[in-house]
Amino acid sequence: MEIILFYAFAVLAIGSALLLVNLKNIARALFLFFIVLFAMAGLYLFALADFVAITQIMVYVGGVLILMLFAFMLSNKELLKDLQDSSGSFLSMPRWQAIVLTLGFLTLMIFGIREWQQSPPTWIQQARENNTEIISTDNNIQQIGLRFMTFYVLPFEVISVFLMMALIGASHLSRKERNR
Amino acid sequence: MITLTHFLVVSACIFCIGLYTVLSKKNAIMILVGIELMINAAILNFVAFGKYDKVSYGGQIFALFAIVLAAAAVAVGLALVLNVYRHYKTINPDEIKELKDK
Repeated sequence: MEIILFYAFAVLAIGSALLLVNLKNIARALFLFFIVLFAMAGLYLFALADFVAITQIMVYVGGVLILMLFAFMLSNKELLKDLQDSSGSFLSMPRWQAIVLTLGFLTLMIFGIREWQQSPPTWIQQARENNTEIISTDNNIQQIGLRFMTFYVLPFEVISVFLMMALIGASHLSRKERNR
Repeated sequence: MITLTHFLVVSACIFCIGLYTVLSKKNAIMILVGIELMINAAILNFVAFGKYDKVSYGGQIFALFAIVLAAAAVAVGLALVLNVYRHYKTINPDEIKELKDK
């Protein structure tokens, strides 16, 4: 049962991501991105990361996707421009080059995973032998909160300052300049 | 039983789709979507490995950090996209060639 659900989420994520890259209509692609994000949140649940899954739904669907829809609507003239296919320079290569590069990278990664599978790192083997993996009855959120406030308090503070800097910078960048 | 390899293969597929999006799209917003897909694949890897780290919960906590970083990157990136659109009237990265003010 569990494995069937896992495969369903994986197929949902990969399938809608594949459809996303092939659509010409950007609005539909953005809503497919929404489905990919939900399916990825479902996949996090199978790794017993419930808090990360909820945060993914709240931050991405609530914040990032809305921002992207706004940016799409504010630059709406691009809707038809994407239809005319002009092969250009570096960032947007002709289609077959991108496909070749991507497939090469995928085979490289799959090969790497297969090689890696032969000899997993020792800390994973130790966790398997001593049964110290995270199990589904653990109280994850309490543990994460404790770690955030004790062991990881410095990265936590740094990232909060960083987030504030980024948001101030974004609001400054998107401000209307009068004296141009 | 879901092993670590299942997660790794799924995240490799998602990463490659994101890479393809970045390489082939001609719209800055779609390129940002591709970057987000790649970040999501990385977060899936973090979470899958974090399952074996009960002592410090490193995987899940750094997955949360990565989500925050991605949100900040999208906020700044979309502000830049809007500014570029206001200036050049296009967001196709191919057509943005000039650094100087007109």
